[in-house]
Amino acid sequence: MANKVTSAVMRQGLRVLGVAVRTEKAVFAVAVLASALYGGMTVASAWALGWATENVVLPAFTSGETAAGALWTGVLLILGTALLKSIGVAGRRILAGVIQYRMQARSRRDVTKQYLRLPLAWHHRHPTGQLLSNASADAEAAWAPLAPLPMAVGVIVMLLTAAVGMLFTDLVLALVGFLIFPAIAVLNLVYQRKLSPLATRAQQLRAEVSEIAHESFDGALVVKTLGREDLETDRFRRRAHELRDANIAVGRVRGLFDPMLEALPTLGVLAVLAVGALRLSTGSIEAGQLVQVAYLFTLLSFPIRALGWVLAELPRSVVGWTRVQAVLDAEGSMAYGQAAADRDEPAALEVSGVSYSYGDAEVLHDVTFDVPAGRTVALVGPTGSGKSTLVQLLVRLVDPDSGRVRLDGVDLRELAYGKLAESVALVPQQTFLFDDTVRGNIALDLPMDDEEVRAALRVAQADGFVDRLGDGLDTRVGERGTSLSGGQRQRLALARAVVRRPRLLILDDATSSVDPQVEAKILYGLRDRAQASTVVVVAYRMATIALADEVVFLEHGRVADRGTHDELIKRCEGYRNLVTAYEREEAERAALDLEADGVADIGTRAGTHAGIDAEEEGVSA
Amino acid sequence: MTAETERQGIGTNADSTAWATIRRGLSLTPEFRQGLAVTLALAVVATIGKIIVPIAVQQTIDTGLKDGVPDLPYIYRTVALCAAAVLLTALAAYIMNVRLYKATEASLATLRVRGFRHVHDLSVLTQNTERRGALVSRVTNDIDQISTFMQWGGLMIIVALGQLVVASVLMLVYSWQLTLLVWLCFVPLMIALPRFQRWLSRAYTTVRERTGDMLAAVSESVVGAAVIRAYATERRTAERIDKAVNANRAAQVKAQTIVGFVFPLTEIVAALAIAGIVVLGVRLGLSGDITQGRLIAFLFLITLFVSPMQTATEVLNEAQNAVAGWRRILGVIDTPADVADPGDAGVELPRGPISVAFENVRFAYPGGPPVLHELSVDIPPRSRVAVVGETGSGKTTFAKLLTRLMDPVGGRVTVDGHDLRDVRFSSLRERIVMVPQDGFLFDGTLEDNIRYGKPAATREEILLGLTELGLADWLDGLPAGLDTPVGQRGESLSAGERQLVALARAYLADPDLLLLDEATSAVDPATEVRLARALEGVTRGRTAVSIAHRLSTAENADEVFVFDAGRLVQRGPHAELVTEPGVYADLHASWVSAARS
Repeated sequence: MANKVTSAVMRQGLRVLGVAVRTEKAVFAVAVLASALYGGMTVASAWALGWATENVVLPAFTSGETAAGALWTGVLLILGTALLKSIGVAGRRILAGVIQYRMQARSRRDVTKQYLRLPLAWHHRHPTGQLLSNASADAEAAWAPLAPLPMAVGVIVMLLTAAVGMLFTDLVLALVGFLIFPAIAVLNLVYQRKLSPLATRAQQLRAEVSEIAHESFDGALVVKTLGREDLETDRFRRRAHELRDANIAVGRVRGLFDPMLEALPTLGVLAVLAVGALRLSTGSIEAGQLVQVAYLFTLLSFPIRALGWVLAELPRSVVGWTRVQAVLDAEGSMAYGQAAADRDEPAALEVSGVSYSYGDAEVLHDVTFDVPAGRTVALVGPTGSGKSTLVQLLVRLVDPDSGRVRLDGVDLRELAYGKLAESVALVPQQTFLFDDTVRGNIALDLPMDDEEVRAALRVAQADGFVDRLGDGLDTRVGERGTSLSGGQRQRLALARAVVRRPRLLILDDATSSVDPQVEAKILYGLRDRAQASTVVVVAYRMATIALADEVVFLEHGRVADRGTHDELIKRCEGYRNLVTAYEREEAERAALDLEADGVADIGTRAGTHAGIDAEEEGVSA
Repeated sequence: MTAETERQGIGTNADSTAWATIRRGLSLTPEFRQGLAVTLALAVVATIGKIIVPIAVQQTIDTGLKDGVPDLPYIYRTVALCAAAVLLTALAAYIMNVRLYKATEASLATLRVRGFRHVHDLSVLTQNTERRGALVSRVTNDIDQISTFMQWGGLMIIVALGQLVVASVLMLVYSWQLTLLVWLCFVPLMIALPRFQRWLSRAYTTVRERTGDMLAAVSESVVGAAVIRAYATERRTAERIDKAVNANRAAQVKAQTIVGFVFPLTEIVAALAIAGIVVLGVRLGLSGDITQGRLIAFLFLITLFVSPMQTATEVLNEAQNAVAGWRRILGVIDTPADVADPGDAGVELPRGPISVAFENVRFAYPGGPPVLHELSVDIPPRSRVAVVGETGSGKTTFAKLLTRLMDPVGGRVTVDGHDLRDVRFSSLRERIVMVPQDGFLFDGTLEDNIRYGKPAATREEILLGLTELGLADWLDGLPAGLDTPVGQRGESLSAGERQLVALARAYLADPDLLLLDEATSAVDPATEVRLARALEGVTRGRTAVSIAHRLSTAENADEVFVFDAGRLVQRGPHAELVTEPGVYADLHASWVSAARS
């Protein structure tokens, strides 16, 4: 059973290698040629040495003289084979690297192209960590056996040449070789099979130790404030000790097999000497031939292990390849129409009968509302009411299961690729900055002059801190650049939207990390811009809601009510509870203060609980 | 005072020499030194195994094949003896390997745990001088590099040196002239190898940098998926990724090319040596200075020079990495814990309502301007204090000093009359608990995270705590209740929910002073109000300090501390302060307009 599984993995692994060979035919062919040169020349160098022994060294000792011609031929043979062998080694190593790294790079480019092509809904179904490791570790593992592959091919050439050479030299000595070399190969295979699961486990534990350290240091403030250093150290120590034991287990296997793999060919040479002496005594071989075969054994003992390396990498390669292939085979994409959306005035937005589900859970039910051109609408609702999902539908990050979203009367699905982005700009709740300069993050791929970028930064109240950054607009921000505060990052994301002069601007709780005073300036700035746009804003804060012409109140994925703020306050209880929570609280407290302290304590708490239950309707999703 | 000493980042031991670093590292790992002599002796025995073949060849040819007629019994005896020696040295190698693995792994695990613990003992200030990833690296990758070196590279150095010495000695026994020739061939290569290693090291450094760039670029296609689609920048992103991926590939190929050229150089040098041996050896043979067996043994001995040279660049590279690794882990361990636990010598605070006093407290970040000037203020037991002020006014510094995340630069902070620096950490952390703004959660279930506040708590206690905080309904709304997984850093929950869990965690710890640093800023208004009311109930009888971000908090406090530019400018109940002209009245006005316009 286990054998069946492994042989299936081996077959699959060889298929993966076949893909690489087909993709990089030319380089692979040259690499194999180089490797064959290396293999052939390794055997040839032993032969050259044997020749020199037989024709130069031994005659010198037996006859007391040496022929100059033979001497220089021997020297040339030794140097020539070494030079050709070196060329083979260099070619094999460099080209093996070229194939391996090219295939890895190819997989990475293909996988990330898929990530960019597949719809966002697909991304929602796959954890970030998994997708990142598909493009990094898996792409690497898939092609790892390519590094020793040409060498393995060269070794096969080497063995064939050696076998033929030995057969021609002496059948009996050849027999010793035929016993020893397969034994080395089998021993190495057993070695790799035993080592592979242990090494995988150690690798896994190494990752776990790293995860614990990462998490623990990330949460250092929590660890400190609760005084849990001992607990954390115990947690880390347990895993670190497991890793220690796993590494020692690897060490035991290595420690056992490495000396055996060294000893076996040495024993082979000794066997050659013993058997060779016997053959010498019967006159079947010459002393030079004996030296040649012994030398050949010394040279072959190490490279022969390369076969084992390739086979050892195959299981890991198959896993990596399967994961990469799953991404490449993923189906689904957004279809685009032909319509343009190139008007100049603010856009009108219309949402009619829209429903959307994540898996089985429907989060939006039959949502209908419209935003007339040039108006500002606030989307308000408790956490989990579907606001952010709705926002994704408005910019067509996902398509509704049913119903339509129209921009100026055109269904978003009919717009040509890129047209929507020219008209609509979204500032999402989670700020994302590219590993790029401030300018690059704001302009993206549009040609923008500095004045336009600066104007956008002013609207987003970001000009001040950007000027204070080391290189101004050229400062690198994002992943590997300057670390900015959450509020500063949000303001850059806002500038990115504003600079495009969108006809429809969508803000998904986009100023949550900004100080209220600064937020007010931003909101006024947006309103006073020369080019007006239609605005949809998701918000909790009263100051934001107050800027809207109209409010759409979402609850449990439905439009519970819509109207002006004043209207909703009057007639919609859920809305009133949500947005006036602070005021009511203050009012109740003021009322309480009138009563005697402590006396009404129990009663009020009961009353409070009733209040909580009523509000809960609106809060829990 | 310790507080006056300059706070610095985490060290890298950069100015100590490689030897000093290694000696210091070894002194910290007794497990490694123990029995090292035996391990090294075994390594020498194992090395001797390598010269068995040349000796056997020499004996066979010179003694066994005298006069061209094989002396079979002699040859068989020699071969049998040699075979026994081979098995013996293999056994020595096995024992040596296992001892080495055990010793290195045990010592490095100790060092790893010690480094990890020390990172937690460093103050937040010191911790923040380094990126988290770099700190993690010090207790993971850096140690792994030491381990790789000790188990392979370091061993290779010993084996290679042993091999060269043993081979050279045998060569000298056979012929000093040929030995000289061999060394003349290999010395130039030995001199050139460190230079090759530097090339290779530079090339590998570039590979690491390009790999970092590549991973960053690749992650954009995943993490930025929504923004990329919303702004239709797929093509630009793909170009950036392709560029980074290709740059990484080019760097890898370049490093591989260097290896590809350096590696076979040894083969050529060895061939030159062999050719030289044949030419010179024959001449020596003619003059009777060497036997044919010894000459042929030389050809085998040359192979012992090849592998040390071929692996030298890699080994040197690893040695360099390992020393860098030592430096970085020792850097952590040698960085003094600037906010130190007095330990058993410290004061144990009795349980009960807590009072706090700041006496002329001054604070400045290293190299920065003062952020708190001569602050003197007291918090009576059982009082509820709200701390307000604009960003940068010093309120977070106040909180960090109160919880002894940092020590003041001047003056002192006391709890129940004891200087905070004299209070045992175990006692301090039990009695004073802060809830930071960022509700950091550990990967696990909701229950695991809340229990973090009190490891011995039962499930019932946790449920009771949540109920007391008014969060029972929220919990019921979660699909798996307390068993809901929170994801890495709690990312499966919303920011507001994370704060709820962090609050419950601190509440379960049952402190006598609870400090909230904008701990409910991301919670929706209705929930926040409920929570505020619940907290009011449960903190009754305890001291409570909240850094306020909403005016309702200040309005409900017994007393409000108003900070402005590092000074306490006003204090008193809300009702009083709001009527006086001043910082508080201004703040209040702007809050009111933001919340109720």
